[in-house]
Amino acid sequence: MRIRIAHETVYRYDTPATKAIQILRLMPRNHDGQYVVRWRVEVSEDCRVEPREDAFGNLTHTFTVDGPISELAVRVAGEVETQDTHGIVRGTREKFPPSFYLRQTDLTMPNAAITDWAGEIGDGGKRPALETLHALQQAIYANFKFDVNATVPSTTAQQAFANKHGVCQDYAHIFCSAARHLKIPARYVGGYFLRGDGIVDMESGHAWTEAFLPDLGWIAFDPANGICATEAHVRIATGLDYLAAAPVRGTRYGGQGEAMAVKVTVDQASRQSQQ
Amino acid sequence: MLSRTASNLYWLSRYVERAECLARILDATYRLSALPQGYGSDTNEWESAIATAGSVISFGENYKEANERTVTEWLAFSPDNPASIRNCLEIARTNARSVRTALTGEMWDAINSAWHELHRYDPKRITREEFTRFLNFVMETSVRFDGTSFRTMLRNDAYWFSRLGFLVERADATARILDVKYHVLLPREAQVGGPLDYFQWASILRSVSARTSYHWVYRDSVKPWLVADLLILNRQMPRSLASCYENINRYLDDLAQFYGRQGQAQRLARATTSKLENGKMEDIFQSGLHEFITQFLIENNRVGNAIGDQYLI
Amino acid sequence: MIAGRRPEPELSSRSPSFFDEMRAPDGSVRPAYQQLAHWLDNVPKDVLDYRRKEAEFIFRRIGITFAVYGEAASTERLIPFDIIPRILNRGEWQKLSRGLEQRVKALNAYLHDAYNKREILRAGIIPEELIFGNPVFRPEMNGQAVPHNIYVMIAGIDVVRVDPDNFYVLEDNARVPSGVSYMLENREIMLRLFPELFIDHPVAPVENYADDLLATLKSTAPVTSSGEPTVVLMTPGIYNSAYYEHSFLADKLGCELVEGRDMFVKGDMLYMRTTEGPKRVDVIYRRVDDDFIDPLAFRPDTMLGVPGLMSVYQAGNVTLANAPGTGIADDKAVYSYMPDIIKFYLGEEPILKNVETYRCREPDQLKYVLENIDKLVVKEVHGSGGYGMLIGPAADKKTIENFAAKVKASPEGFIAQPTLALSTCPTFVEEGIAPRHVDLRPFVLTGRDKVRIVPGGLTRVALSKGSLVVNSSQGGGTKDTWVLDR
Repeated sequence: MRIRIAHETVYRYDTPATKAIQILRLMPRNHDGQYVVRWRVEVSEDCRVEPREDAFGNLTHTFTVDGPISELAVRVAGEVETQDTHGIVRGTREKFPPSFYLRQTDLTMPNAAITDWAGEIGDGGKRPALETLHALQQAIYANFKFDVNATVPSTTAQQAFANKHGVCQDYAHIFCSAARHLKIPARYVGGYFLRGDGIVDMESGHAWTEAFLPDLGWIAFDPANGICATEAHVRIATGLDYLAAAPVRGTRYGGQGEAMAVKVTVDQASRQSQQ
Repeated sequence: MLSRTASNLYWLSRYVERAECLARILDATYRLSALPQGYGSDTNEWESAIATAGSVISFGENYKEANERTVTEWLAFSPDNPASIRNCLEIARTNARSVRTALTGEMWDAINSAWHELHRYDPKRITREEFTRFLNFVMETSVRFDGTSFRTMLRNDAYWFSRLGFLVERADATARILDVKYHVLLPREAQVGGPLDYFQWASILRSVSARTSYHWVYRDSVKPWLVADLLILNRQMPRSLASCYENINRYLDDLAQFYGRQGQAQRLARATTSKLENGKMEDIFQSGLHEFITQFLIENNRVGNAIGDQYLI
Repeated sequence: MIAGRRPEPELSSRSPSFFDEMRAPDGSVRPAYQQLAHWLDNVPKDVLDYRRKEAEFIFRRIGITFAVYGEAASTERLIPFDIIPRILNRGEWQKLSRGLEQRVKALNAYLHDAYNKREILRAGIIPEELIFGNPVFRPEMNGQAVPHNIYVMIAGIDVVRVDPDNFYVLEDNARVPSGVSYMLENREIMLRLFPELFIDHPVAPVENYADDLLATLKSTAPVTSSGEPTVVLMTPGIYNSAYYEHSFLADKLGCELVEGRDMFVKGDMLYMRTTEGPKRVDVIYRRVDDDFIDPLAFRPDTMLGVPGLMSVYQAGNVTLANAPGTGIADDKAVYSYMPDIIKFYLGEEPILKNVETYRCREPDQLKYVLENIDKLVVKEVHGSGGYGMLIGPAADKKTIENFAAKVKASPEGFIAQPTLALSTCPTFVEEGIAPRHVDLRPFVLTGRDKVRIVPGGLTRVALSKGSLVVNSSQGGGTKDTWVLDR
């Protein structure tokens, strides 16, 4: 399937900012089941954009802009050819052994509520791992309410778990938290998702997870949709949690009254544009 | 030099000077309010003190009435008043700690021991006599700090920023005393030379510690226009606006030369300096003392901001 | 630094139970202490008393204080200073110093390997989890080029003595070791208060430490720095417990004392804001923990760091001393492998000994620890400063039971050691001159050109009788440390 993506983030300031720095993780890589046909990352202001690879093998773009900045836009546009791999993720750039992904972070650190819940799903270690992961995914999908207003980027797995609602990011954190507690390496994935219901405009990208089983390798679970990743998923960045895979991490100096507008369009590319 | 270091030095001096100015205002207000009825003015001196300290609004939010107790508490000790003497000295020490390496040992000692001493005064239980000692302690702290910096600091940018903070604050304080009391200095037909005004004039001189200087300079009894002249245009008088600007100008020139470039701060300071150098008291009275002072406060503020923009951030 | 309160029974039944650095068991004075002992015998107590007060007065005046976490923000306390110096002779120091250099070389080699090829894992010397399971392993440092492959420019190695011949390393500090200002100030005070003692004792100087540190830092400047590298000392600010030390060192180094907000990143370069405009920074001696140096790479909620600093580091345009991620070399779990690490990288036998350490992660050792917990010191792998530990011989039954439960729940988080019989030194306390337990933290500087160690270090002393806890946060004091140059 060929998926076309446009992702625009615009910052506006009532009083102009004097300086800004951002690190973008908005660049997909090729792997089995994902081929990047074309991809562009553009910054509206004049600046040098430094391409780099981060600790997890994600492609980053770093830039600094000198003010006065009253508006700053980051625009991403591209097309990716995908194939269904039944959730199996192969051919990715791996920089650490799977055991590294057992590490919890401030965002995924479980509390007793999460460990009890995970322990129950894993049946005290008696349930086979793959089955446990599917059950985890379904448990989150079935019992948590999707709510864009419920959380912020710094919401932890513990908070989201207690609230029983959140966004895909929170689902992914809860999944990682529980899986790692059960000694199954798990990681956060940020990317885009082509919806099945025909809606193409959205307010943000998507997030899901990957878990590692020795005989299968990395498998992608999407607790927000209750399915393993399909050809509708475009994988951009991975890491231990949202922070490590965040599409934008940045700081501005000065400037008051920031307003941020995000527009994401994920659509199936038409035959003509496939040329 | 780090901009923040320069900024800390500048504000350290400003806050020490501000603490001293507040102490002098309180001291002068005590004297004036201690006069028997009929000598004092018809205005509430404690309100004037609050006005001079520039905290009318925040004081009003915290107290119903301006009297000896409330004003003393607010200006000297209140933790809620960001510019109380106590907070000024706290902020001064915090600034000093941040730039320990840019201070001489003697300067640090002056601020640090003052800070320790400060904590010995209990505002809840302070007697009037102790309070007088407290005010003296604050004024002595300022003199000691100033003296140590004069005697021990290298004459480089660190010194000049420290001086600039001190001078901009001092000019501001003198101007604000004049701003609140300008009406008693205006030439008037009635009451001139009456006991009421005499003590008001004397009080102004006291609040800038210039009673003796006045007599040395003018060799005359206290006359309002001479008081105004002493505080505004007289370059011999270290607290006069003219003297402050003569020195602000000089230190900004030193900086410009040291760094090999000049900017808005130098331009603005020069304009204000020449206005004060060429000014005449008659003209100032003619076009309005109040307007002149108001304008000066605005300009002084601009110079402060320009120093900030150019060097301190 | 941590140790038990009482020696193991078999040790204490010996006589004497502790190695005293001044007096041999028969009461005779060891050679290095001859003059001092003579002087101590003759100096009236009130003279010592008076000079101790004078020392305290000087410390307070110059503001050499530290803050204690958990107490009110305004609390500024003095670390008690003991006026009786601790003395090491030249031979003792030479051995110690060789051992320190060896140890720090191994730490650097290990860090380079752990963040690059990881040959030590392939050789099966340490378990994989020691690197990847460690929360202070910084993925950002993986494969990252580090200027001149030096990760730990400044190390503080805590050592103790238990007998005349052996130094044991108690703990390696490879992140942001502190305390060196006390080493320098203690010497200054001693020179002021007891000039006469320095006439009789050829004490090797320490005041060249700042010059050594500056030379070390400059030698590690990035290759892209032009001309004379600009070195700065980065502090979390005046509310940090070690702020005094930061400003003290910046002063001695003659470099700017910067906070994160004084610097900014532009186009992969780091600058500080000065009154003459932006100035490029080449080397940061940072006294800020990894977590707080760059909100775009590590903790996002911090105001102490510089946004984008790690990007500059990645681009090779700034040196961080010490490098981020050095924590994987100094925690208590890796400690127990240090002898093997030294052998693996240097092919040498360790000169300094390691305290015998039981790894609770290993089932048979866990079993031993739980069976003997009342005789052992049990420590959290990631704890520090004397917190999160159990001193078996000094704890009551209830405490031991609770702690044992914690160990059982997550054994990989704990190690255990026998209680050590730390050596004692004469110390001036309430009841006069009495032996008190001490440790020593020498500072090891590693530059591109060479390793520099000033003779001495910070001696910490447990001031209450019988106590083996020398941490300043728990009532310990300090002493001047003399290395005799003969």
